[in-house]
Amino acid sequence: MSVAAETGIIGGIAAKFRTCPATGLKIDIAAQNLIKANAVVAIVFLAVGGLFGLLVALTRWPAVKILDPDLFYLVLTAHGLDVLLVWIIFFEMAVLYFASAIILNCRLATPRIAWLAFILMLVGAVLANVTVLQGESSVMFTSYVPLKAAPNFYLSLIVFAVGALLGCFVFLGTLVIAKDEKTYEGSIPLVTFGALVACIIAIFTLASGAVILIPTWLWSLGYIAHIDTVMYKLVWWAMGHSSQQINMAAQVAIWYAIPAILMGAKPLSEKVSRMAFLMYILFLQLASAHHMLVEPGLSSEWKVFNTSYAIYLAVLGSMIHGFSIPGAMEAAQRANGYTNGVFEWLRRAPWGNPAFAGMFLSLVLFGFLGGISGVVLGTEQINIMLHNTMYVPGHFHATVVAGTSLAFMALTYLVVPLIFQREIIWPRLAKWQPYLFGMGAAGISLFMMGAGTLGVARRHADISFSDATLSFDYPPAAFLMLGLNGMAGILAAIGGGLFVVIIVFSVLFGKKVDASNIVEALGPMPQKRVSDAVHKHGDSGTFHLPGTYILVATFFSAFVLYYFVNWKYLSELWQLG
Amino acid sequence: MAITSPENKLWWTEKVGRAELVWITIAFLWGVFMFAMMVWWHLEGNQNLSNEVYRVVPETFEEKTVAFTEKYTVREEADIPVVKPDPGSDIYMLSRLWEWWPILELKKGQTYRLHLSSMDWQHGFSLQPVNINIQVHPGLEHVVTLTPTQSGEFSVVCNEFCGVGHHTMVGRIHVID
Repeated sequence: MSVAAETGIIGGIAAKFRTCPATGLKIDIAAQNLIKANAVVAIVFLAVGGLFGLLVALTRWPAVKILDPDLFYLVLTAHGLDVLLVWIIFFEMAVLYFASAIILNCRLATPRIAWLAFILMLVGAVLANVTVLQGESSVMFTSYVPLKAAPNFYLSLIVFAVGALLGCFVFLGTLVIAKDEKTYEGSIPLVTFGALVACIIAIFTLASGAVILIPTWLWSLGYIAHIDTVMYKLVWWAMGHSSQQINMAAQVAIWYAIPAILMGAKPLSEKVSRMAFLMYILFLQLASAHHMLVEPGLSSEWKVFNTSYAIYLAVLGSMIHGFSIPGAMEAAQRANGYTNGVFEWLRRAPWGNPAFAGMFLSLVLFGFLGGISGVVLGTEQINIMLHNTMYVPGHFHATVVAGTSLAFMALTYLVVPLIFQREIIWPRLAKWQPYLFGMGAAGISLFMMGAGTLGVARRHADISFSDATLSFDYPPAAFLMLGLNGMAGILAAIGGGLFVVIIVFSVLFGKKVDASNIVEALGPMPQKRVSDAVHKHGDSGTFHLPGTYILVATFFSAFVLYYFVNWKYLSELWQLG
Repeated sequence: MAITSPENKLWWTEKVGRAELVWITIAFLWGVFMFAMMVWWHLEGNQNLSNEVYRVVPETFEEKTVAFTEKYTVREEADIPVVKPDPGSDIYMLSRLWEWWPILELKKGQTYRLHLSSMDWQHGFSLQPVNINIQVHPGLEHVVTLTPTQSGEFSVVCNEFCGVGHHTMVGRIHVID
């Protein structure tokens, strides 16, 4: 794809690079270095945490079982910390700086504080790993009291959270600078708006973390006698679940950004997409309830209202994005001239570009596997069948691994040429990476959900109960599911390992990128078939989007069907009143 | 584009496309339906978790469980008493590192008030293969109304991580016809 920007590459980046012959974009060096540093550390922790994850999957494969229980619980604690917290939040810092300083063509606010944030986060992350590896803190990522970890376990998380909080304020400061210095006109771009939503949710999240972790730290030191177990869980999950909502907003922003960069996609309606983001701020934070549906001490009224995010208004937000993102892509591709049939726009999408493939797989897997399972799992009564079974990690590996991590990987394939100014080394291998990782992640999710449906407990070192006084045999299908999960884990580890290696080698040894090869470095993009690409799909009825209608109808049918299947299962349970 | 400011500065005045409006309406109504489904199940469904909860000192709960066990023990199984309470009565099962105690023998089709609490850390009451999962906290006595609808041997697996012996924590409930 060596076509120069002037001769028919579609996409805003190409257009931008034309306007500026030197580097293409006005990039603040401080922002660039911070993005690099945060992304590199994120990827290092992805590698470490991913390796821990592989060990977990191989231990839960009953025929393999490579770790003893003690070590298994230790590794599982470290796995959760490193990937769910460290990899994701470091990368989100890079996303925040990218969506503010880079997209708004603006200098970053207070780079020194941004570096302080980075250092605090790094210290927190390293301390957390050291503390867990010392062996006295195998309390799982959630550290439910009165299970007690070493004081440094809580301290490390507090330090990490303070760092991340500072990073959020740097992002907000940069928005103020951009507005002051008029680096953009009108409203901030949708992607930056999405990042702003992520940032607001992050502040709520990190503040909740402080509210619960500081007293818990003092409790572990002996200064506080008692922490209420239900209250701990409620506030802890205001951090734990809400931090997944940061991911949600960040990954949706990426889902909008990548088709914009590669295809020139515009939101169907700025108003609708922004409203959908706004619903995340207003309602996603109620999700603490998802973890408390079979808990004593909370009323059903509270559970029903909160678990539904106030009558599913946050789910509504996601369902809106689920329409408007493929819709924007279809509209852009049709405007680009791919108008044959219902699905030519999708068939001729740049499937060989890992940024696009990763983004699209992330969208589909998140919606079909993560989204639907999340709503089902979060239904008050259905949760009785699924709470703390492997269905739970099955669900959140679909959202966080197949969804968020894959979206972040996809964006990285653009960040490397744009920010690190290096070409992706081994493009042919990179082409396959999102598929390998996506398939692995989808497998992990599905097989864990399968095992969970059969009742298999999560966070459990030995479902054959070989050391137990009383024994129990799970059905053979459960063992099959865990075996398949182990194999899918290997596949995901290969895909994830490939990502780490490709990115590290690209950054170190990739060909330098400048104005002459930047477009090429972004990977394959669809060729424009029509001469006039001027289009506007804010107006109603500019384009019919039959492909999107079919995709969305398929999604909705799967959703409804699966929802009722689970109610049917529930109705066959012993009676509870 | 999504990475540039909206071309139309007054983007909020743009009309929303019909297809998008239709989808938003469907998605909203589906949300209302799913919400109503949970409420309706509380009125008409047979699987709802009870809200009857009391604060309790672990030692008190242990005393009550021991008294209950002594009253109704019929035999032992792996040195654990098997308790056969009167149908319809209050029954107790305590959790501690790492056991569910005692073993219960219930009658199919009878309703029992099952009292659950923990002596130490949090535990997860996971009745298998039925697949009923309830979180158990120390200091809270949760009274769950339970009606077995199948007979046979059932196990209670702990599914809340509770330390190094977590995976050995298995209890038992027998249901007889």
